[in-house]
Amino acid sequence: MSNNEKNTKFGSDRAPASSVASSVEVAKNEKDLGAMVAINIDGNDLKVPFGTTILDAAKKLNIKIPTLCHHEDLKVAGVCRVCVVEVEGQRTLQAACAYPITSPMSIKTYSQKVRKSRRHNLDLMLKHHVGECYSCFRNNNCELQTLAKEYGVDHYRFGHDTEPHHDIDRSSYSVVRDMNKCIQCRRCVRTCIDLQEVGVLEAVNRGPDLDIDTFASMPLGEVVCINCGQCINRCPTGALRANDPSDEIWAAIENPKKHVVIQTAPSPRAAIGECFGLPAGTSVTRELNTAMRRCGFDKVFDTNFTADLTIMEEATELLIRLKKALVDKEQVAFPQFTSCSPGWVKFLEHFYPEYTDCLSSCKSPQQMFGSIIKTWYAEKAGIDPKDIVTVALMPCSAKKFECNRPEMQDSGYKDVDYGLTSRELAQMIQETGLDLPNLPPSDFDDPIGEATGAGLIFGATGGVMEAALRTAVEIVTGIKTEKIFENLDIIPVRGFEGVKYMEIKVPAAGPVPPILSKALGGLKDFSFLKGATLKVAVAHGTANAKKVMEDIKAGGKFSECHFIEFMACPGGCLGGGGQPIPTSPEIRAARTQAIYAEEKTLYSRKSHENPAVDLIYKEFLKDGPCGHKSHKLLHTHYTKRGCKIV
Amino acid sequence: MSKTDKKLVIFSDIDVEKALKSALQKSRPDLINEVRDSGLKGRGGAGFPTAVKWNLAAAAQGDRKFVICNADEGEPGTFKDRLLLTDYADQLVAGMVLAGYAVGAKEGIIYLRAEYAYIRKDLEATLEKMRGKKLLGKKIAGKDNFEFDVHIHMGSGAYICGEETALIESLEGHRGEPRNRPPFPVTVGYLGCPTSVNNVETFITVLHIVEKGAKWFKSYGTEKSTGTKLFSVSGDCDKPGVYELPMGISIKKLLETVGGEDAKAVQVGGASGTCVPRKDFDRVIAYEDVSTGGSIIVFGPFRDMLEVAVNFMEFFCDESCGQCTPCRLGTETLLEGLDMLDEGKCSLKYLRELCSLGETMQVSSKCGLGQSAPNAFLSIVENFKSEIFDSRCTCR
Amino acid sequence: MLASERDQLKAEIFKMAKKHDQHRSGLIPVLQHVQNVSRHISPEAMQDIAEAFKIHPVEVQGVVSFYSFLSTEKKGKFIVRLCRTISCDMAGKEAVANQLENELGIEFGETTDDGMFTLEFTNCLGMCDQGPAMLVNEDIHTKVTPETVADIIDNYRNRFGAHVTQGEHA
Repeated sequence: MSNNEKNTKFGSDRAPASSVASSVEVAKNEKDLGAMVAINIDGNDLKVPFGTTILDAAKKLNIKIPTLCHHEDLKVAGVCRVCVVEVEGQRTLQAACAYPITSPMSIKTYSQKVRKSRRHNLDLMLKHHVGECYSCFRNNNCELQTLAKEYGVDHYRFGHDTEPHHDIDRSSYSVVRDMNKCIQCRRCVRTCIDLQEVGVLEAVNRGPDLDIDTFASMPLGEVVCINCGQCINRCPTGALRANDPSDEIWAAIENPKKHVVIQTAPSPRAAIGECFGLPAGTSVTRELNTAMRRCGFDKVFDTNFTADLTIMEEATELLIRLKKALVDKEQVAFPQFTSCSPGWVKFLEHFYPEYTDCLSSCKSPQQMFGSIIKTWYAEKAGIDPKDIVTVALMPCSAKKFECNRPEMQDSGYKDVDYGLTSRELAQMIQETGLDLPNLPPSDFDDPIGEATGAGLIFGATGGVMEAALRTAVEIVTGIKTEKIFENLDIIPVRGFEGVKYMEIKVPAAGPVPPILSKALGGLKDFSFLKGATLKVAVAHGTANAKKVMEDIKAGGKFSECHFIEFMACPGGCLGGGGQPIPTSPEIRAARTQAIYAEEKTLYSRKSHENPAVDLIYKEFLKDGPCGHKSHKLLHTHYTKRGCKIV
Repeated sequence: MSKTDKKLVIFSDIDVEKALKSALQKSRPDLINEVRDSGLKGRGGAGFPTAVKWNLAAAAQGDRKFVICNADEGEPGTFKDRLLLTDYADQLVAGMVLAGYAVGAKEGIIYLRAEYAYIRKDLEATLEKMRGKKLLGKKIAGKDNFEFDVHIHMGSGAYICGEETALIESLEGHRGEPRNRPPFPVTVGYLGCPTSVNNVETFITVLHIVEKGAKWFKSYGTEKSTGTKLFSVSGDCDKPGVYELPMGISIKKLLETVGGEDAKAVQVGGASGTCVPRKDFDRVIAYEDVSTGGSIIVFGPFRDMLEVAVNFMEFFCDESCGQCTPCRLGTETLLEGLDMLDEGKCSLKYLRELCSLGETMQVSSKCGLGQSAPNAFLSIVENFKSEIFDSRCTCR
Repeated sequence: MLASERDQLKAEIFKMAKKHDQHRSGLIPVLQHVQNVSRHISPEAMQDIAEAFKIHPVEVQGVVSFYSFLSTEKKGKFIVRLCRTISCDMAGKEAVANQLENELGIEFGETTDDGMFTLEFTNCLGMCDQGPAMLVNEDIHTKVTPETVADIIDNYRNRFGAHVTQGEHA
């Protein structure tokens, strides 16, 4: 047994508290149940599987028990004591989120005792919660505020600090920490340590001095934070937020000399509607285009175009690596890792710096877009690139860090000026008073608005892999991918399983298309791959990425993979740290569905069939994918950061 | 040293080696049944029946089980375990061996508080001596299939680690923050294995019970609170020290024994216990009335009870682990309230609100610390309200 | 700390961690060891310890900051811990505290300039029947009075002096 396994088994993976509710065996299938327990909640009878928490049991009866430290994605903590309920026969109240039902019981969820306790605990939390609701970005979307209203908080019973006791940490390009608003629910801690296994935030000190802190109290910009922003999505208050550039963007829009261009990633369009009251999973792609134009953006482009371009470059890079290894018998780093997710990239740079060679040298679609805008587009449109401001609408907080990496200036200018999250754009739209859901739809601007379904599915975990396979399989085998994968759907790489693995046998060898012939050194066909088994894997969430990396280090099955997709955020980009709050498995599933549904409506679902991609290789990147010019503009290098910070 | 002249149970003479060896001749169920029949309840303060705990740990599934001695004695006013650890260590270890035998554990751990580091050397020597006598290690007392050994784990200064799940968290290398319960340590304890955590005094008492019989033990105490108990007596009395007295003794009688007859109040159960005023001195110390893990603090007629309350509340602010809201912020809020009282600036309305908050802490805190933190505040405010208001008048 | 000292400490940390199978249950014993030998647990040491146990440095910090006998700030050679809990308080801890400050020339929470003494309050030491009680490193002193404090402190000062090597004198 490896140490890792040992640690997991003994629950040493941190978390007192946390592991508890899940340690009781819960039967998944009602038919297989050994034991059903009869309970009564607020006068309603119910039978639940042995080990169900009171909170989940109440949900089945549509009884709402308020929660604060509880989050579906996280281990149970049971610390805020807002979800307390009365269990008959017990002197003390019990935390509904943490109490597993193992024997028949009668529960009251809103007795006098319960309501008084909840109110008191809210009163206590409000004591040191410094900040006014109307100057907070979470105004109207704050769990503490909602509870304060629901429990009738009309004055600060035990006082209320007005002077901040912490400096706001603005050191990070991505995440702003305002600990004055922190209520110590530790969702961020559980997100950072348990869910993402990054380990930047932890509770320090004890008693009333308890704080959530970084290592050696260093600014967030100097620690091993990967900027994934998952903590922001799970913070119940405004203590964590993204670094908002909208003021600067508004200023650029107002500036008549500036040509402001926005590119939009696939995930925001499937989620931003949530900020306007639409149910999760409502796609508003074309309405959003109109909204952005009305906000004053001069051009609205689709990042999916460079997603298609990424596929061309990254698939070519993979084929080059395979050729080098199998034909030229050279030492090449394998597996090739995707590099679209800046959170994942920084994770690797910190925790697995010895593997930077495995990372694809391709920039992310966002950064490719930036350099294309300030070169090709500028030239075509006849605009001086110094007057172009590129904004990237992203589901992501790490993209803000990425666009500020010093190496991302290959156009001669800062390739992407601002990374803007879905939440921040929603705010901009709200400022204009536009009614997003009811705007007339409009299309993206040409030519960089042209994109395929392959680019669109980048937003979901497995999407990059699926898009890459659709192109690579067709090129390598010379057979239409849809002949191999029914409806072009590559199901094994889809879905929310933490790590997905797939093998594909190469049934035939096609000719090397002219566009790739230079990159592949004049190779005629792909016969060197015929009969070979291509092994690929997909991991989302850095905790899963860590599992794969540890397996690779140990020489396990993933070390034999050829290509692995990694996304820092659970669910992929649609669950990104810049997406609307709240998040949950259901919400992410709905967003995924929206993306796959929209994909079906597109004229093409294979990146290499994108006419704009064709055009750019004809007009601009004339030496083809992975050629000299594309290397200059579309590829990058990485920094071995390591995780020693003192 | 003990101040008790009569050697009742815990201080009665015993040949440890002989007692242990003969106890190990009993079957496991017989051993636990003897403890059950004695009615022994945990001596740490919570008062959970020892035999029930052992039975649960014995019945729990697991290849590996643990017996942990909670020697993190930190309740203000408690020091009886220090005496036992110093002078009766061999009895303690023998009691742990019995527990290991009863629940099927091979590993025992003494969680010794950092403040008692000076006891460690002698304790190690006792363990070594017992290993030499084959009372620890493999084939104890010639039993082929029974092995048990004990090691010492030092605490690092945290009162909360006296709470059994916090203690386990601490052993596992975490912050000493209590877990959600259920599951209880008897099923999911140290390293996820069934674990019985018992107090020092409990182990020693068991050794005596098994050697001398449940019936003998039950001849002391009351029906619901059987046997004798060690009391750590301090404060305003002539003869502070450790006393062994039968359960069910009245506070009045106890005060006579220790020379504290003129007391105006007695804190029973330490900072987390209750403050009993003079008018209630007929109350008895037992699980069914005023319960204690052994701490008895006597307050003489001249004591300022508000100062006492402040001292207790400062203790809790310092020792709260801080994970749950009512304890982290409630202790702080009550302390601020006491300061307001001290300055003569607390309205009666706000005082009532604070008492109500205290009740919330009692029912909604995650663990025993937070649940008992307001006890002293509530009982002192209730019983000494006029003293507090009379002595602190702003128009003075 | 000299680089070689850090390396030596790191080697010890890794050795101890290995003894515990790198399991986290060995974390606190290692922290106690580091606290003993270097009188504090520096960020560098926390980072090394995290590496040895394959956990995050901030988790180590979370543990260190939780326990009152572990510290990130350097303590004196002798840590004087005076009990402030109720029985010792009633037995006259305030006067003892005052005199300790006078003798050492520092306030509670501080360390003398020569790095010899740190003065702290602590909670119940379990010597309630013999208060006021005071812990100096691992030694317990009971029934301390303002008069006896000076002798106790001097005793430690001299004991330390006897061990001081030639080099340290210079």
